[in-house]
Amino acid sequence: MNIVVCVKQVPDTATERKLRSEDNTLDRDAADGVVNELDEYAVEEALKLKEAHGGEVTVLTMGPGKATETIRKALAMGADKAVHLSDDALRGSDALSTSYAMAQVLKKIGFDLVVLGSESTDARTGMLPAMLAERLGTPQLTLANKVEVEGSTIRVQRLADYGYDRIEATLPAVVSVVEKINEPRYPSFKGIMAAKKKPVETLAIGDASIDPGQVGLAAAWSEVVDFAPAPPRAAGTIVKDEGDGGANAADFLASKKFI
Amino acid sequence: MSEILVLVEQVEGEVKKVTLELLTLARTLGTPAAVWAGPGITAEAKARLAEYGAEKIYVAGSGDLVDHVVAPKAELLAQLVTSASAAAVLVAATAEGKEIAGRLAIKTDSGVITDAVGLGEGFVADQSIFGGGVNVHSRVRKGTPIVAVRPNSTAPVAAAGAGVEEEVSVTLTDAAKATRVVERVKQEKGARPELTEAAIVVSGGRGVGSAENFSVIEGLADALGAAVGASRAATDAGWYPHQFQVGQTGKTVSPQLYIAAGISGAIQHRAGMQTAKTIVAINKDPEAPIFELADYGVVGDLHQVVPQLTEEVNKRK
Repeated sequence: MNIVVCVKQVPDTATERKLRSEDNTLDRDAADGVVNELDEYAVEEALKLKEAHGGEVTVLTMGPGKATETIRKALAMGADKAVHLSDDALRGSDALSTSYAMAQVLKKIGFDLVVLGSESTDARTGMLPAMLAERLGTPQLTLANKVEVEGSTIRVQRLADYGYDRIEATLPAVVSVVEKINEPRYPSFKGIMAAKKKPVETLAIGDASIDPGQVGLAAAWSEVVDFAPAPPRAAGTIVKDEGDGGANAADFLASKKFI
Repeated sequence: MSEILVLVEQVEGEVKKVTLELLTLARTLGTPAAVWAGPGITAEAKARLAEYGAEKIYVAGSGDLVDHVVAPKAELLAQLVTSASAAAVLVAATAEGKEIAGRLAIKTDSGVITDAVGLGEGFVADQSIFGGGVNVHSRVRKGTPIVAVRPNSTAPVAAAGAGVEEEVSVTLTDAAKATRVVERVKQEKGARPELTEAAIVVSGGRGVGSAENFSVIEGLADALGAAVGASRAATDAGWYPHQFQVGQTGKTVSPQLYIAAGISGAIQHRAGMQTAKTIVAINKDPEAPIFELADYGVVGDLHQVVPQLTEEVNKRK
């Protein structure tokens, strides 16, 4: 099975994240880049499917040069090779552009299964997996907490507010995974060394027949008009429990008409 | 004024509160038109939608809309955007709502905004990003604005609309029917409101100490008619099921009242609850960052404070 796992480098949540004042886009240089956490579950699931069914795992990322750190981590976990879509023309792309550009690459490299994390910790739109399925015309099996492949049939447990749906489709397909679907492995020393020798193909937009008019900030379908730091919340009342903490909290709730 | 399509969220025929919120919001921007996707609309549901301002109710009753994942609803909305020349489409910013919005944006060549916490003139949306640290105004530049709005972004206010029903027959492509729903598995959650929609959320964290002790959190939640949430520390420890995790990799909630018990308030947790209107924190550690957000904080042992609070709430009801 030819599995492509999409990963994204995101600014570390633990560091201060900023928008650039000149164009209101994410400042990717201001913070340390890390692998989007949910993507580690996607890589693990892709590796487990390969181990069960054979085939190959290709890492796909779109992002600036420093996103190679993220590619190396996925390769160190055990993926076989990588494709890095990197082009200045892509900077500032919104979800529509990103899904278009990634779909163009996926059409070029081919796949039986595309696996993604269900959302990124930076933009958090949660739309990309569904948008890729739409662009590729392949079945969407998203928000999975369990994935099974049998022949050309794929079955997924899709999380829902009331529990989950058991859903199925025929490959090729797009899957997104949620936290807790598995326990992502740590790269071993051997894995880290091996990753240095694994092939990474870098593509510019022209290499994947990506129309420059459909990507980048100028093409974006939506825009940030302005932004400002959230005003600090007014300092609250903090009391020490002297045996009446619960009653005091109840007084507060009553004053706000919650009880 | 042009129609603003509002995709109805419902559970077993009952319209969810978030839909009433979206209708309330839509009234300020145009003519609200509710879109019911799937079988099972009831007279009560229609009355409810009209009560909150739906001038029109599009009813697409085909079972195909719910027997396949996400894509059919996007096709239905795309069809209506064209036939009604809609000014905008509003969906609830749930995981599925956002997926529908994304596919619809591609189909209609339109911009999309997710997790709006407010929506004003010109469909300029308010968003709260980076774990609540930055407030953003954003807008769609091309096509029909598609906006996924977070539950509890506005208070639902009744204002009767005509509620004229219009049946819609939708022609789905084979591609939209590619993923079949084989079975819906409903897990027991009792009578509590749904986490992302609840007006009040009571969450427990590391300080709760064990799975059994979560009954303390549940007790307070039930006294307040609230949903129960948990921090990642609590779900990682296996004390509470993962689907109740509030935070960056879990659910985002924006309730009227959020009570955090035994939760330190790391940025990953704050990303999931910082837009709550009122925050109450109970924690042993006076230095816990959650107190920086709290409108009211009690420094103390939650095992003492929470049961007392529960008792007081029950007493004063």
